[in-house]
Amino acid sequence: MRFRIYRYNPETDKEPYMKDYQLDNVSSDMMLLDALLLLKEKDPGLGFRRSCREGVCGSDGMNINGTNGLACITRLSDLKEPVELRPMPRLPVIRDLIVDMEQFYKQYRDVKPYLDVKDPLPEVELKQTPEERDQLDGLYECIMCGCCTTACPSFWWNPDKFLGPAALLQAARFLGDSRDQATDERLQALDDPFKLFRCHTIMNCVQVCPKGLNPTKAIGDIKKMMVKKSL
Amino acid sequence: MNIEDIPRRRFDALIIGAGGGGLRAALQLAEADASVAVVSKVFPTRSHTVAAQGGMNAALANVLPDNWHWHMFDTVKGSDYLGDQDAIEYMCRAAPKAVYEMEHFGVPFSRLDNGKIYQRPFGGQSQNFGGEQAARTCAAADRTGHAILHSLYQQNIRAKTHFFDEYFAVDLLKDEQGNILGAYVFDIHSGEELIIEAKTTLLATGGAGQLFRTTTNALINTGDGMGMALRAGMPLQDMEFFQFHPTGIAGRGMLITEGARGEGGYLVNAKGERFMERYAPSAKDLASRDVVSRSIYTEVKEGRGCGPEKDHVLLKLDHLPEDVLQSRLPGIRQTCITFLGIDPADQPIPVYPTAHYTMGGVPTNRHGQVVIPVKDTPEEPVTGLYAAGECACVSVHGANRLGGNSLLDILVFGRSAANHIIEYLKENRFHKVIDEKVIKQAYNRLHRWDTNSGDESVDDIRHELQKVMEENCGVFRTQDVLNNGVEEVSKLAERLKNASITDQSELFNTARVEALELENLMDVALATVYSAAARTESRGAHSRVDFTERDDKGWMRHTLYTSEERKLDYKPVRTKPMSVDSFPPKPRVY
Ligand SMILES: Cc1cc2nc3c(=O)[nH]c(=O)nc-3n(C[C@H](O)[C@H](O)[C@H](O)COP(=O)(O)OP(=O)(O)OC[C@H]3O[C@@H](n4cnc5c(N)ncnc54)[C@H](O)[C@@H]3O)c2cc1C
Ligand code: SF4
Ligand code: SF4
Ligand code: FES
Repeated sequence: MRFRIYRYNPETDKEPYMKDYQLDNVSSDMMLLDALLLLKEKDPGLGFRRSCREGVCGSDGMNINGTNGLACITRLSDLKEPVELRPMPRLPVIRDLIVDMEQFYKQYRDVKPYLDVKDPLPEVELKQTPEERDQLDGLYECIMCGCCTTACPSFWWNPDKFLGPAALLQAARFLGDSRDQATDERLQALDDPFKLFRCHTIMNCVQVCPKGLNPTKAIGDIKKMMVKKSL
Repeated sequence: MNIEDIPRRRFDALIIGAGGGGLRAALQLAEADASVAVVSKVFPTRSHTVAAQGGMNAALANVLPDNWHWHMFDTVKGSDYLGDQDAIEYMCRAAPKAVYEMEHFGVPFSRLDNGKIYQRPFGGQSQNFGGEQAARTCAAADRTGHAILHSLYQQNIRAKTHFFDEYFAVDLLKDEQGNILGAYVFDIHSGEELIIEAKTTLLATGGAGQLFRTTTNALINTGDGMGMALRAGMPLQDMEFFQFHPTGIAGRGMLITEGARGEGGYLVNAKGERFMERYAPSAKDLASRDVVSRSIYTEVKEGRGCGPEKDHVLLKLDHLPEDVLQSRLPGIRQTCITFLGIDPADQPIPVYPTAHYTMGGVPTNRHGQVVIPVKDTPEEPVTGLYAAGECACVSVHGANRLGGNSLLDILVFGRSAANHIIEYLKENRFHKVIDEKVIKQAYNRLHRWDTNSGDESVDDIRHELQKVMEENCGVFRTQDVLNNGVEEVSKLAERLKNASITDQSELFNTARVEALELENLMDVALATVYSAAARTESRGAHSRVDFTERDDKGWMRHTLYTSEERKLDYKPVRTKPMSVDSFPPKPRVY
């Protein structure tokens, strides 16, 4: 199988280039990460992140044949040759497929992603009905891989002002939690022409999310909550 | 960089590792206004705790009657009487509070109709000291580890904990008296080195599942903290006890949580027989992990395996209602679809025992203090050094860990270590002076990879090590096979000295990280095979074909392995609990 991989080590390379690779004996059940690990044995300088190899840690987000995804859960047999791999778009490249995700993490921190309970805490659990808990499905499972945000045109245009789909999904996760008591503050903080309202429902984020989450819907729900609050 | 120019930073507490154990400790310390630094080789939420599925144990009695004393009994029995009963009592008593705390931190636990936390049955759980099955495992669907790790990271953002993300810890630093005073680390992004001086250091570096070829563990689980401890002269305890989880996806290793059997799934062999009924007539598929793994292994060995190669058994979930699969086990359903192209709602899952959990580790007491034998005292605390989580051995898991007890362990002992550190800091206000020789050693260990021109490859040696460990230190063991393991691992350790790497870049040099990881893995492998070859009995996960019985007279003791001369030492099991009566060893039937 043939691969074309983006290579750039600012220490030694004047500029980025695409390098061709060939891998033999590719079996039908192999994932892209398996292939990358084998290619790295031949070319140890090839840089990419990885850890869990099963789609739960969010380390190996990258641009695969033009679409963001996780290498570890992308089946080789589903990919057109040569498989073109690039770093996730619009974040500074540290080396090869490894990007600096600080901007992405900052957006996450900016939405105050933690449960805020103002009442005194009980000795036991805070109660939540199964229906209330269901509201968190599709929101809490985010693995912070960055696939969605780096595929979002609004983020490309305003990386420092628009919060991006992942952080907004996180905001929705806490707005949607029946235990959280900071709803007003959260909505107020998002009520800004850029932070939230730059989303133009282009849906790139939904298409690429490897966990099948729907940031666009989450953003829509936040907008609805704002309208309701202002009435 | 010259060694004199390496910058230094000072903190009250250094935590190495940002999994559940490290983050729970960090939060406790940050809230006590200690200056705390957390170093992790991956961004915190990428730590392996994120992969935990089934849940964490606590006797909340939300579903079935329960109390901490029954939980304690099950844990002692599960440990095959090698667990320390004071630490087990402490953990089981602390469990409900640990769960409620996590709930208050935001963990989206699954819920019961009355609004309380959902609990599912797991292996080895009983009511009333060995009676009916209990339901003790608190779950957030089958993504409990993800939910816990993310909530802890989020609370640490709130508490403004200082993170050194993607920094690699090379070695511990100490003074001439042996007090531990921080660590030598480097920034993986830039390659820049840093000396972190700390009054206290907590190892929370997780397990060493990469010892084996087929494993449920992430690629980063290379036993780094255990390697660091060994190089600092500490022993490792009970390393011969490595847990093989009964239900890894055959040939691939991805875990299918025990919760799948807790929700009603069961195992069948090629004849379609529910074979666990023969091996564990009352607990059946929910017997302890070591028992189920041995049963699967035996079924396959005796020719009753499934598939063209007859090399696995099947886990059946297709009789469960679709909504149970979707609400309680969505993660493993997705994993099966992704990796096998199989929907467990329609088809059974091929499974086989898979390397999963390191029961052994750095010996500690229940305050997380690392304890070592000094003259006649078996357990003398090492000033400044703590360990918690999978890298530590308290020991609450003894010879076999119960499912759901590790998430509990990391949270309870992460917290108790932090509390002890807070007390220690009150009385020790000043930094001690690090021995420059020790800094030089760490520097040399790192920079050996800049100059070495040996012709062995890191990848080759790692592959061979994993194969040797799988073949010589697996589910069933004999003296010959274990001796062979000792010999082979020793040879590989020699060869590693001649290994080199071609990538000499300072920027995000993953080849260098992998070389340093392999050094740690090698030290841990030596500890494991040496400890295993010496134990001539069968207990928990250490199952000897040539010594089939448990020998309580000779072997109710913990193994201690030290790197210097690869020496073995032993200390007694602490059979006396804190307040209740001791559980004396009994035959272990499920
Ligand atoms: C697939 C799977 C499912 C599981 N499911 C369950 C379950 O349902 N219930 C249960 O109780 N247990 C479960 N376990 C076990 C449990 O998840 C682990 O034992 C536990 O999460 C370990 O946590 P930890 O904090 O000790 O370490 P980890 O979460 O492994 O974290 C280790 C940390 O140390 C850091 N680190 C390591 N080396 C270095 C270094 N050299 N320099 C800097 N940083 C370093 C890493 O970056 C990481 O942050 C499961 C395990 C697996 C593999
Ligand atoms: S829907 Fe909104 S957040 Fe998603 S990609 Fe489009 S603009 Fe970005
Ligand atoms: S929403 Fe999906 S794509 Fe975006 S960071 Fe989370 S898991 Fe990744
Ligand atoms: S390696 Fe963890 S998500 Fe791919």
